[in-house]
Amino acid sequence: MSCGSKSGASCGSGGACGCATGRGDVIDDARRAFLRGATATAVTTLAAGVTLYSFGAEPAAARGPDEKVTSKVRWGLLIDASKCGDGCSACVTACQTENGWRDTGHPETDAQWIRKLTVNNPKNGATFSLPMMCQHCADPPCVDVCPTGASFKRADGIVLVDKHTCIGCRYCMMACPYKARSFIHEPLEDQKPHAPRGKGTVESCTMCVHRVDEGRIPACVEACNDTAGGAMLFGDLNDPLSEIAKRVAAFRTTRIRADLGCNPGVYYRNI
Amino acid sequence: MARIAYQKLEDHSPLFWGLLALHGAIVLAGLGAAYVMEHRGHIVTGMDNQIVWGMPHVFAVFLIVAASGALNVASVSSVFNRPEYKPYARLSGLLAIALLVGGLAVLVLDLGRPDRLIVAMTTYNFKSIFAWNIYLYIGFLAVVAAYLFAMMDRRASRSSLLGKTVGGLAFVWRLILTTGTGSIFGWLVARETYDAAIMAPLFIAASLLYGSAFTVLVLATLGRLMRHDLMTDEIAGKLRGLLAIFALAVLYFTAVHHLTNLYASGHQGVERFLLLEGGIYTAVFWVGQILVGSVLPLAALAARRFGRSRAAITIASALFLIGGLAQMYVIIIGGQAYPLNLFPGMEVTSSFQDGQVARYNTSLPEILLGLSGLSIAMLVAGIALKLLPFLPRPARDQGAIPTAAA
Ligand code: SF4
Ligand code: SF4
Repeated sequence: MSCGSKSGASCGSGGACGCATGRGDVIDDARRAFLRGATATAVTTLAAGVTLYSFGAEPAAARGPDEKVTSKVRWGLLIDASKCGDGCSACVTACQTENGWRDTGHPETDAQWIRKLTVNNPKNGATFSLPMMCQHCADPPCVDVCPTGASFKRADGIVLVDKHTCIGCRYCMMACPYKARSFIHEPLEDQKPHAPRGKGTVESCTMCVHRVDEGRIPACVEACNDTAGGAMLFGDLNDPLSEIAKRVAAFRTTRIRADLGCNPGVYYRNI
Repeated sequence: MARIAYQKLEDHSPLFWGLLALHGAIVLAGLGAAYVMEHRGHIVTGMDNQIVWGMPHVFAVFLIVAASGALNVASVSSVFNRPEYKPYARLSGLLAIALLVGGLAVLVLDLGRPDRLIVAMTTYNFKSIFAWNIYLYIGFLAVVAAYLFAMMDRRASRSSLLGKTVGGLAFVWRLILTTGTGSIFGWLVARETYDAAIMAPLFIAASLLYGSAFTVLVLATLGRLMRHDLMTDEIAGKLRGLLAIFALAVLYFTAVHHLTNLYASGHQGVERFLLLEGGIYTAVFWVGQILVGSVLPLAALAARRFGRSRAAITIASALFLIGGLAQMYVIIIGGQAYPLNLFPGMEVTSSFQDGQVARYNTSLPEILLGLSGLSIAMLVAGIALKLLPFLPRPARDQGAIPTAAA
């Protein structure tokens, strides 16, 4: 099992492994019922502490255990490169801590869910820095090419890999224009229960789906806000009243390689 | 039309057993390599997060592409009604199956989770060309098997309509199959090398070339084993012509591919990389694919006296296959080594090799796994040849045994 464990405990709390509801069409009823039970347990224990998490003007409501993931929501990020310090990697560290991947000194084969890019304009020497991760494309090529359907997009726009059906063919890595995915080249230990991983499968940024489902914001956004420049904003792009939607409407934003037509859910400013 | 007599491979020469043992040993080594890769992870290979498809894929795609081309002789005989190819039709079908099995085995053994083969066979994403290919490959095996049955079964072979129908189906199927294989690359919009519709015809031309070259080499080897030349002068001459035409077609589509990429704005960088500045990839392209894999064998075939000899077409076939591997290497690995272009016109650096040409050091397990695909194909073919009458009797014996089915 690449999921780390077959028990509901590792799959129920979130959906980072792709087991959670929201996929609807693929998971059979029995399995869904089982998973729903597992999710319910996980959420009950959390319910006392976490129902609402607000960021800026925008509260993100927790999804109830029986509530379906809905396409009314499209989760997205807005990243302001002018507030992102060159050399700062608070978001990367937070993601590592949250999801249990780390640098083992082999950058070619280590997983990197999020990385910092430094971009330099050779014509005038201007540089900027930004975090790069899965762009949670609305038309994701990784999902289109995946032979087993292990790569999938939840109704709310979060793109995940189902660790139970990924066969490790790496076709999605060939297809992703953003180099957002990593293949697990070595046996792993110390996994986080909410972010199951497995040798021989592919993984990428989950937009902290386990936190989002609890009404919290992704770990990178939280860390950037609390300890760094506050360059990242998370929210529902479909809600015109949300802070992110307002800012995307008000400012000139860029989506990286928008020309490729993948319709990313991550917007950048000042690049 | 005179009936053609067929025979099993009834040779027990040291050469036969030697070849069998060699291929068996390579297959075992390849399985061992796959076990190590599965057990310790792909860390034991040269593949990483930038070069995600490596040497196993070079061999696997090469074999799969060759498989559909190997059916060419059978197609020419039945679909285009050319009786001179008929004696080799069975062998051609057998080779197609054997090469495909070898290629698929490598592809499966390289998976991160080969134990989930059953998942791959039962869970489909119908949008994925990869999933379609799984159907195409399995269907191809079934159609060619049916075709062989139609040719070899005593009763079925009496119906020329049946043979023609199944033969025609196999012909169409293999064109779709090669198009499908080429499309695996053609649909990767993010990779500038592959983002071209020309990949499909390029793969079809390549498949005809590799498949014919394999056919010639197998016929030549079997001829040595049986101490009879299996090729008539007529068929040798025809194969020589086909090889030359297919090689020129591959050269043509390769040129068009690079020229259109040079013309397409934004793709010049990758072209400069592959053709001029790509180090190993540039070398493999010009020396491996163009010089050794195309120019030299074409020159050998064109040579005035030597060109008509068996030696010439055998050597040329071997060189075409080396060129084919080189071509797959440049397409598959060179295409990934060139960095993805996240910010056109800008310089990008990161901890994840953004903006850098990826290094790729092939490791022994990968090469063993890749080679084992070739050996699996040869073992399958060798064993089948011993069990069933796939081979035409030598030309001078034809007619002596009129009972065998045509
Ligand atoms: S960024 Fe890559 S991995 Fe993420 S959704 Fe888009 S194509 Fe898929
Ligand atoms: S590696 Fe896994 S997720 Fe990616 S395409 Fe293959 S099966 Fe799908």
